[in-house]
Amino acid sequence: MTGVVLGQAGAARFSWNLLGDLGQMLSYEFMRNAFLAGAVVSVVAGVVGYFVILRRTAFAAHALSHVGFAGAAGAVVLSVNPVWGLLTFCLGGAAVMGALGQRLRDRDTVIGIVLAFMLGLGVLFISLYNGYSTEAYSILFGEILGISTGDVVLTAVIGAVAVVAVGAMYRPLLFASVDEEVAVARRVPVRGISVAFLLTLGLAVAVAVQVVGVLLIFSLLVTPAAVADRLTTRPASAIAVSVVVALACTWLGLAIGYYFSYPVSFFITSLAFFAYVVTRLSTGFARRRRTVVAVARPA
Amino acid sequence: MTGLLHLDQPVVCAHDLAAGYGTDVVWSGATFDIAAGAFVAVLGPNGAGKSTLLRQVLGLIRPLSGRIEVLGEAPRRGNPAIGYVPQARTLDPDVAFRGVDLVRLGLDGHRFGFAAPWRSQRSERDAVDRAVEAVGATGYAQRRLGAMSGGERQRLLLAQALVGEPRLLLLDEPLANLDVRNQATMAELIGSLARGLHLTVLLVAHDLNPLRNVIDVVCYVAGGNVAFGPPDEVVTPEVLSKLYGAPVEVLVDSRGRRFVVGIEEETAHPHPHGELVPDAWRLP
Repeated sequence: MTGVVLGQAGAARFSWNLLGDLGQMLSYEFMRNAFLAGAVVSVVAGVVGYFVILRRTAFAAHALSHVGFAGAAGAVVLSVNPVWGLLTFCLGGAAVMGALGQRLRDRDTVIGIVLAFMLGLGVLFISLYNGYSTEAYSILFGEILGISTGDVVLTAVIGAVAVVAVGAMYRPLLFASVDEEVAVARRVPVRGISVAFLLTLGLAVAVAVQVVGVLLIFSLLVTPAAVADRLTTRPASAIAVSVVVALACTWLGLAIGYYFSYPVSFFITSLAFFAYVVTRLSTGFARRRRTVVAVARPA
Repeated sequence: MTGLLHLDQPVVCAHDLAAGYGTDVVWSGATFDIAAGAFVAVLGPNGAGKSTLLRQVLGLIRPLSGRIEVLGEAPRRGNPAIGYVPQARTLDPDVAFRGVDLVRLGLDGHRFGFAAPWRSQRSERDAVDRAVEAVGATGYAQRRLGAMSGGERQRLLLAQALVGEPRLLLLDEPLANLDVRNQATMAELIGSLARGLHLTVLLVAHDLNPLRNVIDVVCYVAGGNVAFGPPDEVVTPEVLSKLYGAPVEVLVDSRGRRFVVGIEEETAHPHPHGELVPDAWRLP
């Protein structure tokens, strides 16, 4: 996030020689980095996103991104890589949320209160940094074109930890998410799983903020999983589809952004949104038709 | 451990047991033996501590005083010989999670990691299919759990409890939120499964009547007390009045159905916090 001017490759011309276009795109290091970081973030967001919906923790994800904003802004003030600020604050925020306990209704209020405070703190940090608003802009709305090679490596490491964590607790996480009472009786460490998942969510948020920013985080962390939920019925397939959708949105968004001087995050969020609308309309239609058939056939 | 259990030994035995949370006593003085294969209806008003009894048997809370043994040992969490069916919860209707996925959790949901995709899942899948078939859910078990009716979800929760081949089955209000016809079907299903699989069953309900053909024993929890015995002997004006500490009448209709009437609101809710369990008092 070094404040690269958005759409700086805007001079590039699109031809129908797609391979040639791709070759030209990838001849730039910042585009290669963007594709790689985008891929890592899509995999992490796609995997974690399924559980965000299953556990109804979208609000916690939202709040974590705001906590991350304060962290990233604080890091900018201290002239530290913003990714470290994001990571520290997201993990800290996740740990605090986990410590608040299981009762979600109470937690929502506290999360909302902390969220507002963190956003305020972020504003202060940004103003401390000589009022330089490009930094705030790239934290809030993402700056995938400014990701350095070092950040790609860091993102890949964080992403790998998050995916391995989900894999390691896959079955008990499903159990605790769907059927908490029985899971407790079966000796699943539900409380520990909940904290571990929040920490994993913190990692996912920290890497995703780099691509779509704090305010557009749901486009990668919720929308692809929501699309997948409508297209499949099995958890494992849903996770796979969710990853594919996130990856398609991110890469296509990047490719489109290469030719137009508009923010890449706009293209990514728009693609995700239209993917959801199209899925919803088509699956809704299919379901309604099934119902009509079922009614038309006498028992 | 459970292999040492003799057939004639009771599955659950309680002696002067008191249960509650922290310093709050929900009920006390419970002494009973539940024989192997018995079908017990746990009855009583809301907030009297019916679920507390299940939590006690599951080993989720420690006795405040007295003694309880389950399958010949102290109650412990994660005992595979116990199947537990809590009240059905709702799930987001769109979420990709099928009925069979829920049942499968009963088999290996407590294990870390994921089921290795390179290993054959045949025996697990067969076990899931058998459990689904036993509860008559084969027709819809492949559908999204969130899109199912309360009765369908309840059957799959039952299948989840059965897939681990338990010897003791605990059911928390499996008939709640079902219409009268489905209540009868569900009661019959549980009864025939219990007979066929030689299960001992503790079933929490607030109405005795849909269960009257399947149960052997009633465990009535009210007014901080617990009464245990055959329905005809427990659900009587004398016993219930003593439990509640207030006059209670029992009407018996021509078909043998029993209706408890004349309970004042205050005596029906002796425990000020209802069945809410504060987090801090749960066992880790």
